[in-house]
Parts: sequence; C-alpha cells; structure tokens
Amino acid sequence: MHGRPRKALKQEDEAALSAKAEKLRSLQALFLANHHNSIYSKEALDVSAKLLEVNPECYTAWNYRKLAVQHLLSNSDSDPHVIFQDELKLVEIALRKNFKSYGAWHHRKWVLSKGHSSIGHEMRLLNGFQKADPRNFHAWNYRRFVAELMKRSDEDELKYTEEVIGANFSNYSAWHNRSVLLSNLLKKKAEGYFPKENFLEEEFEHVHNAIFTDPDDQSGWFYHLWLIDQTVKTDAPLLVSSWPSHGSRITLIGDNNLRGCGLSLLNGTLLGTGTLPIILDFNQAVEGINSSTVAIESELLKEELIWKPLSMNNSNTAKVWVVYLNLGNMELLPSKAYSVQIKVGHSKGIAFSNGNHYSDPSQISFKVLVQTASAEPAEGQGGKRTTWKDTNFHKIDHFQESDAILSADNNPHIPTTSNWCSEEIAEEITKFRDLLSEYDCKIGKLTLARLLTALDLLSSHHDGRKSNTEEVLQLYTDLMKLDPTHSLYYKDKHSLISLKRITSTRDSLLPYCYHYKDATETITGYVCLRLQSLSLSRMGSIENLLWVQMLDLSHNELQSIEGLEGMQLLSCLNLSHNKIRSFTALVPLKLVKSLKVLNISNNELGSHLIDTTRYLCPSPVSHTEEFAWERFEILAGSVSATNFWEAFLIFGSLELTELNITGNAVADENFRSFLVKVLPTLKWLDDEELS
Amino acid sequence: MGELATEKHVRYILSVEKRKDNFESVVMEHLRMSGAYWGLTALDLLGKLDTVDVDEAISWLLSCQHESGGFGGNVGHDPHILYTLSAVQVLALFDKMDVIDVDKVTNYIVNLQNEDGSFSGDMWGEVDTRFSYIAICCLSILHRLDKINVEKAVKYIISCKNMDGGFGCTPGGESHAGQIFCCVGALAITGSLDLVDKDLLGWWLCERQVKSGGLNGRPEKLPDVCYSWWVLSSLTMIDRVHWISKEKLIKFIIDCQDTENGGISDRPDDAVDIFHTFFGVAGLSLLEYPGVKPIDPAYALPVDVVNRIFFTK
Repeated sequence: MHGRPRKALKQEDEAALSAKAEKLRSLQALFLANHHNSIYSKEALDVSAKLLEVNPECYTAWNYRKLAVQHLLSNSDSDPHVIFQDELKLVEIALRKNFKSYGAWHHRKWVLSKGHSSIGHEMRLLNGFQKADPRNFHAWNYRRFVAELMKRSDEDELKYTEEVIGANFSNYSAWHNRSVLLSNLLKKKAEGYFPKENFLEEEFEHVHNAIFTDPDDQSGWFYHLWLIDQTVKTDAPLLVSSWPSHGSRITLIGDNNLRGCGLSLLNGTLLGTGTLPIILDFNQAVEGINSSTVAIESELLKEELIWKPLSMNNSNTAKVWVVYLNLGNMELLPSKAYSVQIKVGHSKGIAFSNGNHYSDPSQISFKVLVQTASAEPAEGQGGKRTTWKDTNFHKIDHFQESDAILSADNNPHIPTTSNWCSEEIAEEITKFRDLLSEYDCKIGKLTLARLLTALDLLSSHHDGRKSNTEEVLQLYTDLMKLDPTHSLYYKDKHSLISLKRITSTRDSLLPYCYHYKDATETITGYVCLRLQSLSLSRMGSIENLLWVQMLDLSHNELQSIEGLEGMQLLSCLNLSHNKIRSFTALVPLKLVKSLKVLNISNNELGSHLIDTTRYLCPSPVSHTEEFAWERFEILAGSVSATNFWEAFLIFGSLELTELNITGNAVADENFRSFLVKVLPTLKWLDDEELS
Repeated sequence: MGELATEKHVRYILSVEKRKDNFESVVMEHLRMSGAYWGLTALDLLGKLDTVDVDEAISWLLSCQHESGGFGGNVGHDPHILYTLSAVQVLALFDKMDVIDVDKVTNYIVNLQNEDGSFSGDMWGEVDTRFSYIAICCLSILHRLDKINVEKAVKYIISCKNMDGGFGCTPGGESHAGQIFCCVGALAITGSLDLVDKDLLGWWLCERQVKSGGLNGRPEKLPDVCYSWWVLSSLTMIDRVHWISKEKLIKFIIDCQDTENGGISDRPDDAVDIFHTFFGVAGLSLLEYPGVKPIDPAYALPVDVVNRIFFTK
C-alpha cells in the first residue's frame, strides 16, 4: 500500500481492522442491493454516502449517485439546488479522505457541468486544497477546468503560478502550468506575449532564481530547456541538406554504349540500377513534398516523379525525402553536362506536423555527367567479396570533385535568426558559467553544453566565430563521471557532437575517408567513410553524410542506427563489433534499397529478451505492416513465425549479396538456412560462398 | 544484493486471490478484475500460471460482464473500460478469447470514443488519455483496431503533449509517468512513435531515477516501485532505457520485497500489495532479470502471449 509501513499488526489493531472490514463489507452489500434495485430513498442515499466517505474509490457508488440525482431531479417538487449541494458536500468529504480519487473529482465536474455551483466557492475550495498539496495534479486539472468554465484569463492564471512559485519555487506543477499558459498566449498572439522575445527574457530571469537557489532541485530544469528551445527553434521547416548538393557535378559511369540501365556513380557502388536518387533533408519531419511543392527542371526528367518519405511507420511525414530519377532508357552523351534544377517550396504545401509552413523558397542546381567505364565493374560478380581489412583501405590526400563529398560547409541553407536569439543565449552562457564557478553541478554543466551547442547552431561557422565543440565534448565527458547513473545519456550526446565535429567541413572529414581497393582490383576504388573505433553510441549528422556509399562503423558501441535511412546511396555497411541487440534495430536499412553488403558480426543479436526497438519497426504489433504469411510459409516452411518474424521483416525486403552475422547468439545453423531462403540474392553468408 | 524470492511471491499472489476477509481486500473489492490481471500476469512472468484454476477464473470473469459488453471490476459493479481491458488481458493470458463475444466487447469500446477522438471511461463521460490507451490496447488484442477512428485518437493524445515531452490526462495536464506510459503505449500500438520527441521525453524519464536507484513518477517526488513499470516501459518503447542504471533499479526493487511473507511494496519496508508486486516483477522483467519471462512494454502482457496474438495464424 502506498506509504504504509510493513509491520505485523498488534492483536487489538487486527481485531479493530477486522471489525471495520466487516462493517464496510455489509455497507457495500447493502449499497449494491440498492443500486441493482434502483432504490433512491433517503436511507439508500445515506448508505452510498457512508460507503463513499470510507472508500471514495468505489466507482460504482459514484455512478449510483448520478443515477439518483437524475431520478430526484425528475420529481417535479424537487429543489435542484439542494440536490446538487448534497453531492458537492459529499465530494468534499471524499476528497478530504482521498485527494487522489479520480471518481470524486469527476463527480464534482459532472455536477458542475449541470450548471450548479458557485464558481467562487470552487476557487476557494481549490485554493485550500492546493495549499495543502501544491503538487496534486488532480487539483491542477480541476483548476484548469474551473478557470475555463468561469472564463478566467490566462494572464490571471499566470499570476497565480507566480504566487505559487514565489511561495516555493520547488513546484514543477506550477512551472508546467506556466508553459501551458504562455503557449496559449503566444498562440493567441496576445499583447505583451507575441512575438515571444517579449516574455522570454523575463522567463529566463524567473527560472534562474529557481535553478540557482538549489541547482539539484529539478523543478526549473525542464522549463529552462523549454525556454532555450523557444529561443532557438525556427517556427517554419528548413531544408538543411540535399544530395546532390547545390553546385555539385555528379559523374555517372556507364557501359560502352552508355545506355542508362547500367549506370552507376563514378567511384561508386550503385551498380546497375540506372536510377539517381535526389535526397532532401529537413530540420524536422515535414509533410507535403510532391511534384508541385518541389519542382524539378531537367532534360533528364521524362516522367512525373513520386517523392517518398523515409518514414519508419509508413506515415506521410518524414525528415528525409527521396525521389529516383530514372535514367534507365536514356541515350546519354559523354561530352555533355546535363543540368538539373530543383525548386523547393515555391508553391505552398510543405509543412511541419504542427501546421507551420515552409517559407524560405530555395533552389538547388547540379550537373550530371556520364563517362564510359574503362573496365567492367567487378563487384558482385565472380564471387568477389568485400573485406574490411585495413590493408584494403588507402588514405586520401585530397578529395576530387567527382568524389561528391558533402559536409556542413556546403550546406546551402543557413537559418536566418535575429541577433536577439544569439544575444539571449550568450547571456545565458555567462550566467551558467558564473553558477559553475561557484558550484559544480550537473545541471549547470549540462545546460552550458546545451547553450554552447545552441550558440554554434545559431552562429554557424560562416561568421568566423570559433565553434565551441571542444568545450561541449569536455562537458559531456565530465558529466559521465559526475553523474554515472545517466552516463549513457551523456555518452549519446557526446557521440552526436563528435560526429558533428567530424562532418563539419571537407577538411575535418578527410582523415576519415579512404579509398577502398582490394589486392586484385585494377580500377580505382571508391571512397569509404571509416568511423570505426570512435566509441560512438549513437549515429547523427546524417545530413552531412548523404553522399556516403561505403561506411565502416565497426568497433563502436552502437545499439541503434536511427537516421541511417537518409543515406540513400549506401551500398556497403560494416556494423561489426557493436551493440546491436535485435533485428528490429536494423529497420532503417529497410529503406536503403541500394544496400548490398552488410556486416553485423559480433553484435548482441539474440542475446536479449527485451527488444527496445520492437515498436520503432513496422510490424503487426504496431499495425504498421501486415505479416506476409504466404511468403513466410513458402520460405520458412515449418519454422515458427514467433521466432523469426523480426529477421523476416527486415531481410525480406533487402537485396543483399553479402551478409556476415557470425559472433551473434542467434547465428545457429537453423537460422542461417532460414536467411539463405529469405535472401535469394545472397552470394556470401559469413565466410562461406553460397552455391 | 539479495535475490528475487520467487517462491514466496507466488505464494503471496495465490493467497491474495483467495483472501476476501481483510480490510484491504474489501476496500479493493471493486477492482478485483484489475487485481486478477496483476496477479495472473505476475504469476505468468514467474512461470507459475499453471497453478491457477483456469475454469474457475474464467467463470468468475464472465460473471462480471454486462449486457453492454463491458466488464465491471467485480460481480455487481458497473461496467468500465478499465476493467474491460483487464478482462481481455486475462483472457489473452489464458488464450481463451473464444469464451466472449468479441464484437460485443468491441462495440462497448467503440461507443466510448468521443467526437474529438478522446475516450470516456464509461457512460458518465470522464475523459482521460488512460482511456485512449485502454481502448487502443484492448481493440488491438481483439484484432478490431480498425473499428475506431485511430487518426483522431492519435491526434487527441498528441494534443496532451507537454513542454517536457511528456503527456497529461487531458490537454494542459501535467506530465506523469503513468500517463506517459498510456500515451506512449497507445502511440506504439498505433505505429505513431515518430510523434514522440524521444530525446526530450527520454531525458525527463531517465531523470526519474533518484539516488536510491528507484524511480519517481514526477520531478521532486519519492521513488515508488510502480514507476519501475511506468517509466521503464516508456523508456523501452522509445529505445532510451540505457539512459538509466539498471543495476541500481534492480537493487531498489529487490530491496522492496517482503522476504518473509512474499510480495513487493512501493518502498523498502512498506506494506506489500498485489499492485506493487506485479509492477516490481514486470520491472524486473524489462530489466532482463534472470528467471523472469520477458514482458511486452506496450501491451503489458508477456511477450509470448503478444506474439501468439500477432504471429500465429
């Protein structure tokens, strides 16, 4: 029982309790008999009242009271005021017995909704209750209900939260209600609250008092983060990256007659598809990308294109959208540069799920060139196998234009923010530095890290200011030690910042880029991004990695590859020696149709009973994908679907030629033979060539 | 660290099922259906569901059903969506869905959806996102999710999202771990977790772990074993469960056991009850504690039961 000590009762207490139980039992029996026989006499009502006074949780008794009220009101000589007053009194008694009784609070609302009560009395009652328990969320909910009923202004309620916080800042409920009220006022564009800079400065001031008084008290933490977010975030969707990027030249390589069907990217692995993906990456999930909101002009365009959201749950919103330019049946000239122009957002329709529209029309132009292949591409033929040995990778001194490398510095779209934002954030940084100089606390460090990250985002590297990445990384490292309970939270943040640093410029990327070339290969290998052994626990900065075709993420601590679906050119992926726990964690790969080679050896597949990505993967349990029974049975025979459904859902739609799954608990013979059936395109499984 | 006193907990759960005379059991009489679900699921997680007389349980359960299709919390009590889900979950545990008229139960729930997509708990109109979860979970188990307006139901839940990434009972309501479980669970079952700000909510949830290792349900509140379920299941569904210390939480739950008489309490040395016993065991299940069967974080049923519902023909 909540908060009741565990101890053996004394004998006399036991006897008393047993007598009480007997009394309550007969009261309940009596009540139920009245209820079932629809008896609403004064005596019967008294029974229900007595019962609710002892046990306000008995919901059936509240229902009975409502039936009784309706019955009594139907008598012509009844006085509604008296009837309702009795109910309100009973609720009051019940609430004094149990503050948290859902049934009692709802009964009061029900009575009020009949139009009978003095609002003034409700407010007095609430003030009493809220003084006794300032965090009671039932009372706060009821307060919002009453305030709306009496049309009390948001400003007045805001004043109330000020009073409450003034009396004791440690009241999360009050801070929460402030965020609700301010959001309302902002939405209504109320005077003094719109635009938001009108109130944000004052709010920052307000919440500092709370945080600086006792930095270990969480009451102001989340409110402060909300304020940072309100300061930094753009209201409208923003295009953060694209592939091909603006101003780039993409070289395709084709067979001798340059018929499009054999086209692939130069130095690339996108073999034989004859399609060129165009990828748009926004700052948040958007909807409404289609041929009218995004216009493509090019002589390479022969048919209307259908944009596809890269969404895990088949929804029509996504952060990354892709379209495939089909060059399959085209005669292309080797000496010609074909230009492609993409106009994003010239007609209205692109929006966040909150309804805010894209308001910054932009244009991306790039050129496509074709070349004849000097030799037949060897990959995927003749049993040649991708190996991830160090000797196959050769350091790159400098990039060539045809490498089509993207980084944050060729990001075409920099958010335009007012000076006010950066100044506000800079001021906050000063304040938190002051706090930390006096008291070493985790919220101080964490907030400082967030503020510095926000400042970097606002000022971008183009204005020549030094980025704060190093300091942020150090702060997260400190936090892992300072607060070991949540160390993996900080580690994930650390990984995201590390990746941001690596991908920020072409120069910063260069040390991680290699040419892949195995001993027997004659043609120049393609660029592989090697992010191995960086103790990454999380992937990020995908917007700067849209160009990647070969990626080595081995020897990290990844348990998720969230976001990887944006890499629509990815052909070879090494995830060996990570912490992937389940097949459902590989779901982003389902959307990477170009993937041919996958190494997931030495992970934790099959070692865990609890699947933490079960609901992030489309499947019948989340009603996002029907189970293809027929296909499953053809492939799997008598194998039970309850064992292999995850692997079937993931691999069933991939066209891998090489897969390495050794070093996982799941990789037994039985499972391997299942994989061979699910992946008919497979040529290599583990170290074995399939015949 | 001590170990889970499985045998004692099993005995405790079985004794609660039978005891009807003490004060607590009388006070909780009206929610015996949920008590049955908590007790039976805990037994199943501990591998001891076979100690229960299924026929007896089912016949009692059926005597709680009303003409409307809904179930009451006990014989003679009014139907409510809360107990309808508990009844359906118990039937799922026993794989006995064929004893009810599925369409009738479905109708009861479908009729509780309001114009704005929200759900009422019963005919008296209390609205709460808890009921949205219940409706969605229950209909999904019954393979009847298509009978309600899912889009509107999801929209209503999203309208209850707060600045901290959490969810409240109704729009504007404060975030609370129990409520977050309901909303995240409903979004999980409807394939809508992309609408959750996972990093923001994950931070709020992982900060529920206090020094003792236990989890609280809101900032600056005391830890309580029941949040081992509400917080942990939510963190699991959004793949952020590694942001807390599993070892510390296991220790906290183990410390809340009554090693003498069985059962688990809200905090160490408090009186045990069936509710906290279930949530303690369910929490240990999500923590992959040895010997405890895995539980599904969204349906709050053992994984093998959920897989049987969705992956057998």
